[in-house]
Amino acid sequence: MQENMNTSKQVRTDAAGTAAASGTILEVEGLQTYFFTRQGLVKAVDRVSFTLNKSETLAIVGESGCGKSITALSLLRLIPDPPGRIVGGSIKLLGVDLIGLSEDQMRKVRGNDISMIFQEPMTSLNPVMTIGNQIAEVLLLHQGMTKAQAHAKAVDMLRLVKIPEPEQRVKEYPHQLSGGMRQRAMIAIALACNPKVLIADEPTTALDVTIQAQILELIVELQQRLGTAVILITHDLGVVAETAQRVIVMYAGRKVEEASVGDLFAKPLHPYTRGLMNSIPRLDLIRGAETANTRLQEIPGIVPALTALPKGCVFAPRCPLAEDRCRAEYPDYKQDAPGHWVACWRSDVVAGGTSG
Amino acid sequence: MAIAGDHQAELNKAGANVSSRWGSVAFYIRRYPLGAIGALIFAVFVLTAIFAPLLTGFDPTSTNAKASLARPGAAGHHLGADFMGRDMFSRIIYGARISLAVGIGSTLLSCIFGVTIGLTSGYFGGWYDLIVQRVIDIMQSLPLLVMALVMAASLGPSLSNTIIAIAIPSIPNIARIIRSNTLQLREMPYVEAARAVGMGELSIAIRHVLPNTIAPLIVLGTAQLGSAILTEASLSFLGLGIPEPHPSWGRMLSESAAEYVRTAPWLVIFPGIAISLAVFGTNLLGDALRDILDPRQRT
Amino acid sequence: MGVYILRRFGLMLLTLFGMSVLIFVMLRLVPGNISDILFESAGLVNPAEKKKIEAELGLDQPIIVQYWRWVSGLSRGDLGYAYVSEKPAIDEILPRIPITAKLASMALFFSVLFGVPLGVISAVKQNSPIDYLLRIVSLSGLSLPSFWLGLLILMGFVNYFGWIPIYSKPPDSFWTEVGLLAIPAAAVGFRSSALVMRLTRSSMLEVLRQDYIRTARSKGASNMAVNFKHALRNAVLPVVTIIGIEAAFLIGGLIVTETVFNIPGVARFLVEAIRWRDYPIVQNLVMFIAVVVVVINFLVDMAYAMLDPRIKYED
Repeated sequence: MQENMNTSKQVRTDAAGTAAASGTILEVEGLQTYFFTRQGLVKAVDRVSFTLNKSETLAIVGESGCGKSITALSLLRLIPDPPGRIVGGSIKLLGVDLIGLSEDQMRKVRGNDISMIFQEPMTSLNPVMTIGNQIAEVLLLHQGMTKAQAHAKAVDMLRLVKIPEPEQRVKEYPHQLSGGMRQRAMIAIALACNPKVLIADEPTTALDVTIQAQILELIVELQQRLGTAVILITHDLGVVAETAQRVIVMYAGRKVEEASVGDLFAKPLHPYTRGLMNSIPRLDLIRGAETANTRLQEIPGIVPALTALPKGCVFAPRCPLAEDRCRAEYPDYKQDAPGHWVACWRSDVVAGGTSG
Repeated sequence: MAIAGDHQAELNKAGANVSSRWGSVAFYIRRYPLGAIGALIFAVFVLTAIFAPLLTGFDPTSTNAKASLARPGAAGHHLGADFMGRDMFSRIIYGARISLAVGIGSTLLSCIFGVTIGLTSGYFGGWYDLIVQRVIDIMQSLPLLVMALVMAASLGPSLSNTIIAIAIPSIPNIARIIRSNTLQLREMPYVEAARAVGMGELSIAIRHVLPNTIAPLIVLGTAQLGSAILTEASLSFLGLGIPEPHPSWGRMLSESAAEYVRTAPWLVIFPGIAISLAVFGTNLLGDALRDILDPRQRT
Repeated sequence: MGVYILRRFGLMLLTLFGMSVLIFVMLRLVPGNISDILFESAGLVNPAEKKKIEAELGLDQPIIVQYWRWVSGLSRGDLGYAYVSEKPAIDEILPRIPITAKLASMALFFSVLFGVPLGVISAVKQNSPIDYLLRIVSLSGLSLPSFWLGLLILMGFVNYFGWIPIYSKPPDSFWTEVGLLAIPAAAVGFRSSALVMRLTRSSMLEVLRQDYIRTARSKGASNMAVNFKHALRNAVLPVVTIIGIEAAFLIGGLIVTETVFNIPGVARFLVEAIRWRDYPIVQNLVMFIAVVVVVINFLVDMAYAMLDPRIKYED
């Protein structure tokens, strides 16, 4: 646990040597986040591994309750304890394991190296602080700026996220802003310290449909400008197709499939991924409405209670292809093409189904 | 990693794997130790009131000049005797009856009126609700003890008047909380559904809304019970509550108590302990019930 | 903002009007005629004198007229006549107000001084041993009758110092007075600080569950900054309104405490007037208390509107 002693600054300098060469910023290995509740042990995140490369957007997809948000909060070590705790795995930011950091060291990572925007812009901003002060706070915490510098930077940040009249808006309180504007302000806070990783947890779910596209565009644009790596958490495969380069699909706390966006849409290997795809409307199918197979399909059943996970594959009870082996034994990950991983006994059948 | 072995202790602490009824009781005791202590104190308080005659040989009202201001332990008086030679132990034991009677009586009375007013004004709204709200505002602007004092003085000292004098000032608080609770319940889908299938407004209010106010009512009622016991003690202390010769704890502290502070401290100490314990136990229990029953407070 | 103040002010006047009706009605629940009671307790026997009292009090008039005479008298500062001391009531009440006001402000000071910080600590350390300890202390504060606490303090003084601090005549210096009032103020303040502590704790716990607290943590703010900069600022808003509740709560404590410590304040005077069955005085004193509480609540609402940006910018 030598990394324990490293501060965030050292993390940044060490970066140059080892990790930057390979382009990997964040490396999550076997992450386990459990909750200890009256109903029993909840394995909210169970042995999830993934990597995040420089300047890329990785999407984490799944139904609500599949562990996406808990994964995100685990990366920042913001799991409320009790009832929850990270019980295993490692989260390496440029080679330094965040799990081993002290709480003080971890605070220097939050908002500075890794920052996060949340689903609910209406409630995620402090109602009694001005927008400017809330942006300035991160700058004062991490950048050693004076108050005047921080406030000047706050105005710049508001301009960057395209809030009109930024000089005016910095002095205003969250309730004076619309939902879309508040989410822009959240993005301004998150990007103020130019973090290496931005986690966006369903950033558009709570917004009007017309605003959603604008916010996504803004995130993509800023990411390209600032070179930030983004983890985008969403349940919307449409959003994934437009913004991400790589995807991991989560189900009941586990990663069931990982692929580049192109591979995933071209050749989904997990029956759950297929189910998700069949449940979104597709324009090309709607246009050809006279053809037979246009009805949207849903995945039968619901996500099982995480306290009562089935033995074997967690998706088996809802899976149309499940056989005895699926119910008995959890499948290992296997690689179909470079970077395309799946945990399914019957992925060959799934793959055959798509091509046919 | 030996997950199961590692986490069993933590799971037990969180109360997992509890299946039997007694296991559940054990869980609540472990999870809410203060509430369990409160429940215990409250049970002792109630049992004392019920079985008072079995617990003491002395009549709490019979005087005995020879035992005047007897010290604790003297002549079989465990806690001494007052100026008129009445046994303190038996007066405190029987005092539990008065406290409990006033507490439960006024709590029931204020809950019946409070729930009726709160439920109807929250459910039906309109002018009626506006007027009720204003009246509640007005009544809550007067300190509870002042209002109870004036009512007790107006009605004259007696057990039933004391109950009324404490119950009426307590109604607004209960009505206000039940009203806001009803406002939330009124918007619930199952209420909408009941309306859609043509159920009458009154039967919806009674069948769907009323049962859902039970949990907050239990919490309110317990808090009210503690507060009523305390108010009775204050009223009786000021000479406006329970009249002689009833053994009221507050009353026992009233008669020139400042004088006894010097000469017979046991007359001051024991009734005070009785009041404090009864109220403390009730409040501990009420707090735990709130944690268990009020989902907003649950973490 | 202006509209808000005006609306709130109108509401205050309405409340005061309703209050006067309530008090007037409450005191006429008395079985039998007020004049009979006054008559008996004054030990008078002559029926002519009874007629005189009735005329003086206006009890021969219709009830509406009686009410009007009382309220219009109040608005002119005419509080009637104290029968026991045979002085205008205002001369009895006015000199007692400063004593009670000092006692009340000291008690309030105590309760905020201890109640708010301890409530915050209790919430931040929820379910820790210190939280349990503080909850037990605050709950026992609410469970001990304040008159008994007063008696225990007196008992302590008698046993350790051999004397009892009695506030008999106006003390010589400011500090003597503060010293004499500090003890009863602590007795009242203990109970009030228990209330403040509990309300601060639950308000703070509510705030700590909010999304913006998670945001603050995700920004890398320290626990101190999260608790004090982000949470407390939101939690004190409801705590400010507590001062309104406190005012009513304190007065209950003052009534018994002034009686125990024999302090010649307004609150004890109310108890005495009730004992003497001097109903006109009781009626005016209760109205006075109500005015104080209602005005304090009005001021608290104004302060709240100033502190909460969400209200300030409305209208």
